[in-house]
Amino acid sequence: MNKSRWLPLAVFAALAVLLAAGVWLSRNPDREKLPSPLIGKPAPAFSLPVLHEAGRLLTSQELRGAPYLLNVWGSWCPACRDEHPVLTRFAETKRLRVIGFNWKDEHADALRWLEQYGNPYVVVVADYDGKSAIDWGIYGAPETFLVDGRGIVRWKFVGPLTDKVIANELLPELSKIEKAR
Amino acid sequence: MLSLSLALTLAPPAQAQPANDPAPLSFTDSGEERRFHALVAELRCVMCQNQSLADSNAQIAHDLRREVLALMRQGKSDGEIKDFLVARYGEFVLYRPQVESKTWLLWFGPALLLLAGGFAVARIVHARSATARPADTRIDEEQEW
Repeated sequence: MNKSRWLPLAVFAALAVLLAAGVWLSRNPDREKLPSPLIGKPAPAFSLPVLHEAGRLLTSQELRGAPYLLNVWGSWCPACRDEHPVLTRFAETKRLRVIGFNWKDEHADALRWLEQYGNPYVVVVADYDGKSAIDWGIYGAPETFLVDGRGIVRWKFVGPLTDKVIANELLPELSKIEKAR
Repeated sequence: MLSLSLALTLAPPAQAQPANDPAPLSFTDSGEERRFHALVAELRCVMCQNQSLADSNAQIAHDLRREVLALMRQGKSDGEIKDFLVARYGEFVLYRPQVESKTWLLWFGPALLLLAGGFAVARIVHARSATARPADTRIDEEQEW
């Protein structure tokens, strides 16, 4: 008799814990970020026009041999503007090649943006129709991928890079790659 | 507090979408159109996350819809098209996750809960009928007094 009187309270407590866990999980600001299924897999093969050289195509094959950072940006992207000084500072350390992936931009707009704010990239490829972006699983800008010398995607970051993200996530991943070589 | 949490959920994401206006899709026949709409209603927009690919107006949703139609025209099956998107964006793009070990709880959890509930109810009913009978006999004994 006594035991069954406690049952509703026990059920209520269990539900309360469940709901509290839901609220707690939803506080995580990263919960909307999707893990990339590409991590640990070869980077998608591409052959894309180089922004600054008419007629030249850059292939994923040519980038093999050393790690690179692929940064997705567009002149239409306000967060890329915020990210730009951080990326520039990082590119100046010359730790690895920073490749620009200009996503669904107008050629002239992209060139003007780089002229205005400075060009931190070793080379910029342009994905005008967004087809290659689908292969990379890109869904917003900025997004940044770290690819190792064998062409394997090792790390991805969604949203604007910050000094903290570079120090706490990117550089440790990079030293892992460098140690493995 | 509520308004704060509302503001947080409604805040625009730090990421952005390209803004150029895409050309609307055109279909060769109504069968193709029906199949396309059924398919994109099952796929989630990766940017907006709580809309299907069919409903979303995000640029990436436009691009993915165009890609889905292109894949259909290449003769790919619905399953192959879903696999194509899962390989790039993860399981997340599917509104109905595939049945596999890590989604068992999602698929069979409700049925398990229902079974557990039914079992609990059956036990309570059984226990009550068991305690009711001795009480009846006791009343009978009292009546004899």
